[in-house]
Amino acid sequence: MGRLLTVTGLTTEFRTERGIVSAVKNVSYHLDEGEILGLVGESGCGKSVSQLSLMQLIPTPPGKIVAGEAVFMGADLLKYEKNSKEMSQIRGKNISMIFQEPMTSLNPSMTIAKQMSEMVLMHEKVTKKEAIERSADMLSQVGIPDAAKRLEDYPYQLSGGMRQRVMVGIAMICNPKMIIADEATTALDATIQAQLLELLYEIVGRYHTALVMVTHNLGIVARYANRINVMYAGHIVETGTVKEIWANPLHPYTEGLIHCVPKLGERLLPIKGMPPSLIGRPPTCPFLSRCQYRQKSCFEENVADLTYVDGGTHATACNVRLKEAGQ
Amino acid sequence: MISYIIRRLLYAVLIVILVSVTVFTLIRLLPGDPIEILVSQDIMQDAARDPEYYARLRSEYGLDKPIPIQFINWFFKMLRGDFGKSIIRKFDILGEMKSRIVVTLSLGIVSFIISNVVGILLGILSAIRRGKIVDTVVTVIANIGVTAPTFWIAILLIYFIGFKLKLLPLYGYTLPWKDFGTSVRQSIMPVFVMALGPISMTCRQARSSILEVLNQDHVRTAWSKGLTERKVIFRHVLKNGLMPVVTLQGTMIAMIFGGSAIVETIFVIPGMGKMMVDGMLSQDYPVVQVVTLMLTFVVVLANLLVDLMYGWIDPRIQYE
Ligand SMILES: Nc1ncnc2c1ncn2[C@@H]1O[C@H](COP(=O)(O)OP(=O)(O)OP(=O)(O)O)[C@@H](O)[C@H]1O
Ligand SMILES: [Mg+2]
Repeated sequence: MGRLLTVTGLTTEFRTERGIVSAVKNVSYHLDEGEILGLVGESGCGKSVSQLSLMQLIPTPPGKIVAGEAVFMGADLLKYEKNSKEMSQIRGKNISMIFQEPMTSLNPSMTIAKQMSEMVLMHEKVTKKEAIERSADMLSQVGIPDAAKRLEDYPYQLSGGMRQRVMVGIAMICNPKMIIADEATTALDATIQAQLLELLYEIVGRYHTALVMVTHNLGIVARYANRINVMYAGHIVETGTVKEIWANPLHPYTEGLIHCVPKLGERLLPIKGMPPSLIGRPPTCPFLSRCQYRQKSCFEENVADLTYVDGGTHATACNVRLKEAGQ
Repeated sequence: MISYIIRRLLYAVLIVILVSVTVFTLIRLLPGDPIEILVSQDIMQDAARDPEYYARLRSEYGLDKPIPIQFINWFFKMLRGDFGKSIIRKFDILGEMKSRIVVTLSLGIVSFIISNVVGILLGILSAIRRGKIVDTVVTVIANIGVTAPTFWIAILLIYFIGFKLKLLPLYGYTLPWKDFGTSVRQSIMPVFVMALGPISMTCRQARSSILEVLNQDHVRTAWSKGLTERKVIFRHVLKNGLMPVVTLQGTMIAMIFGGSAIVETIFVIPGMGKMMVDGMLSQDYPVVQVVTLMLTFVVVLANLLVDLMYGWIDPRIQYE
């Protein structure tokens, strides 16, 4: 498997009236071709912002990518101008996104046919007719019956689950190298959610497309992903394969998250406390205030960089665990 | 759809009748009447002082009957196409109106088109250049345009541009197909005055609704598809962003034609607005009645068109 994406030191801030919000701080990760990567963390920890930064879709102002690089197939995406030709050839053609809100992510005053085919017409040299045919084909691939007829519908005529299928179709139609699904199923009810996840899993597998699954549900990620990034307060605090993370979490926050996954007959153990403010936070460990394993030294030391343990695939940013591991 | 149009037409008729009844009643409740004015203009002063002569004139014009009866008489005359005559100046109302409605409509339509084009363009510009100098300048001007009284702007223009600088004629109006150059020169100030409010309101509405749409999820989706800025703005932002602007246009039409009374009076333009004001001042009942009826008709019809257009733009609207 070839390396598709390498993000290094990504840092994104929002300049607000109350101060500078460090939404994403020094985030580094990578993604291989055809790989499924989970990105988990509580609401507001910077999952969406980190992914939108990559696509240069952060609202500027107030947002700004202040540091980092994101090398995708050999070129740094963050070097491109926000609305440049290069960037527009990345978006949709090479990396596409599926968003959380099925009710609002499609244009309400445009038919499904137009919204799907405009993507093909933008990136490929095809006629309108061919683009429509491709759209119909894609629509049936994402499990929408009567595709040719449905193409003429407006989004309000479809259910939430159907719309999300359309979003998957749009994301896949130009056969991208990578898809970012930002809580693509969170807003749907459980059965529809499961169907959609299966669909997504099946379709990226068929086309060997890499997938970043953004969610706050560790259970979902554990089922589908190869590797997991755990995010907290703008930092990636732990990364590893699903097995490593599940069997041997190396960060107290991950441990807490695992206890939050519902299992039959067991009581949930919610993580106590609230995530810290992202404005003017000190350089110490962001999880400090909620950590049950914290030591005196944690209050004095800067938070560690994400460091691999034993040179393997498992890394943590917990000072205590790193010391225990002799790093 | 058809039944919707029929229902809207019935509403329109209802509104026209309601306005007629109110205007009809209210002008009669005001102190004084046209006969008094007519009599006071009479050169035969002796006859004027004669109460019997006064009473005879009143009954000649049917003004001695109770108001509801007068209304019904008038209404059926109107239905027969008899618009009546001016009491004070004796002209035939229909004939007079024919020439005047062209003037008011041509000024009004030009103002309407200009207010839409300019208002929408400025709104778009200031939305997509939000926070830049263009935006600040446009916003300040639009705020002035919304609040500044029409007559004040008109007087300033007449004084500085017409009187001091002598750039444009002070008053009067010529139809464009009679003498285009003169028509344009005479139209500039009145059209500016009529369109300023609508331009400003359209601009503010366009700016705020476009800004709102720019932040909507589906626009982010459009960007994420790799569409160019031009495609995102024209295809995904404008159509949705301009819908509230379309709804606003009904009000703008009412504003423009309502404002014609003031503008035509200030610039001495022989249109419906001026006719109405003259009629009011001399309490010329039949003139006021017919002119307000006509202006109401224009506004109601225009509003109906706007509503239908809105449904055509927004597929989610279903006429029931
Ligand atoms: N436009 C903005 N202006 C100011 N702050 C912002 C803006 N967008 C995001 N943020 C801040 O960035 C932080 C990260 O937000 P982000 O949307 O990435 O969270 P998330 O992990 O995706 O959460 P969720 O699970 O709720 O989607 C939040 O704390 C938020 O306050
Ligand atoms: Mg999010």
